[in-house]
Formats: sequence, C-alpha cells, structure tokens
Amino acid sequence: MPHDHPHDHLSPSGHPFRTDNDTPLSYFQTMEIAVRELLIEKGVLSPAEIAAQIDVMDGRSPANGAAVVARAWTDPAFKARLLADAGAASQEMGFDIGPLNLIAVENTADTHNLVVCTLCSCYPRNLLGLPPDWYKTRAYRSRAVKEPRSVLREFGVELPETTRLRVHDSTADMRYIVLPARPAGSDGMDEGALAALVTRDAMIGAGLPRAPGG
Amino acid sequence: MAERVRVKAMMPPGHVRAPFYLRGKTGEIERSLGPFKNPEQLAYALPAAPKNLYRVRFTMAELWGAEAEAPQDFVEAEIYEHWLERLPDAP
Repeated sequence: MPHDHPHDHLSPSGHPFRTDNDTPLSYFQTMEIAVRELLIEKGVLSPAEIAAQIDVMDGRSPANGAAVVARAWTDPAFKARLLADAGAASQEMGFDIGPLNLIAVENTADTHNLVVCTLCSCYPRNLLGLPPDWYKTRAYRSRAVKEPRSVLREFGVELPETTRLRVHDSTADMRYIVLPARPAGSDGMDEGALAALVTRDAMIGAGLPRAPGG
Repeated sequence: MAERVRVKAMMPPGHVRAPFYLRGKTGEIERSLGPFKNPEQLAYALPAAPKNLYRVRFTMAELWGAEAEAPQDFVEAEIYEHWLERLPDAP
C-alpha cells in the first residue's frame, strides 16, 4: 500500500526510534578512565580489585534492606536497636554499610515518612543498592518537600488527612531508611516471606509493602 | 520544651549545605547528630573543623504558608550549627 509519510525518524510501529547511548565520552567519563588507568599503571590498584569492587556494588540490592525490615517486624529488641542506631543494627545482620551514618524512621498508625535529598541524591546505597532514577530527578527532589502528598498520590499512596507526614531531607551526612508498618494479615509469616513483601519504594517511603498473598 | 532555632538567611558564596528553601525559616531541634567535619570546607580540601549537626523539624505551614498542602506535616533536615541561631522559647 503506498503511503507518503517519511520513514526517516519513525520505527515500523510509527514511534520515534530510541536514540542510542553510544555517544562520545563526556569530560568526566574520560577523566575517570584516565585516573583509573593511571592508578593501575602506578600499581595503586589492580584491575582485579576494581572488578571486585564493582561486584560488591552490584551485589547490594534492596533485598538487604528488606531483610533488615523483616527482622525488625519479627524481633522487637532488634527493632529497638535499629531505631536507636540503624548502622550498627544493619552491621549486626552482616550488612557492611561502611562509613555510612544511617537513621531508620518508623511508619506507624498515625505517621508516614518520606525520604528525599533536595541538594543532590543522597541514598543508602550500601543497604539498598542503586537509587531509582526518579529519586535523582529535579521534579522529585523539589516536589517532595513542597507537595509530598501529591507526589505520594502519584505513587499510589493516599494518606489519610489524620496521618502526619514527615519528609526527611537528607542533606549532608546522614542516610535514611523507612521502616514501613507491617502489613495486616502477615501474622505467622516467617522472616523470609515477610522480606518478600518489602519493596524498595516502601523503604524510601514512596510506597507501601505488598499485601500478603497480593 | 523543644529548642527553637532559625536557619540563618545568609548567602555565602561557594559550596554550602543549607538548602535554600529553609533559609530564614524557624523550626525545632529534632535531634542532635553530633560533630562532623564541616563539609563546606572539606569540599575545597581545606582543614575542616568539627561542627555539630542537627536535625531540625519545620512545619509545612512555616515553609510554604498558605500554599502548604497540609500545614501540620513536617520537613526534617540536617543543618550545621553555624547555620542556626537559637530563639527564645515560644510564648
């Protein structure tokens, strides 16, 4: 069938092609490669050490934080230690959080917590892995302190008017993890099953844990 | 009674760690986090004196006035002591 629209910029489905990401290196990408190769050349670091560190970073995931949350849900003494010193409590479970200072904030029947970093994108990577892309956007960072209830609504979390919202602006030397409220109907579930209910977003406060069986 | 503080409304040049939207605003100390080397000096590789870091709690009403979604909600942020001035207790 003849048609006269141009094909240069559209895929067969009629949508624009996604641009490739193989653009030239940025200044800082070039700088990183230069510094890395110099460190190897001078014997400060070995390629194996760099690869091992990348593996460590990739190995961090929200599953670590979820295990901490599940433990806090099942062990009141651990929960008390977590709220008193979240870094020490995480280390106790074998999660090496490095030099990080970590504060756990608890969602209760009348309080919800939301974490943002307006100045940059501070995030507890050592416990939760890489942050979601939206966490680093200007839109999230500016709106989370100005209209957090609207932001939460867009994430599907509708807070009752009676719930007090605490937005934590992680601006300098602290990292935050939200300890979500244990979902109703989760009685009798073991730690492993509970951890599967804990989403990354729930530990930022932008979401809630999954419902059991949901 | 919680300690009341105001974030200094200063505009020093360089790398600063007090978010713009909190400057000049009044809040309460939520907790003290202890001393940290001043990141505003560390950023320039200068000798950095330890400064006390506080978590300060602001109401949305204080930050955004009539535009606040829910005036009684809070923003809590970490502010270094040299950015804070103490205020007399609320009457």
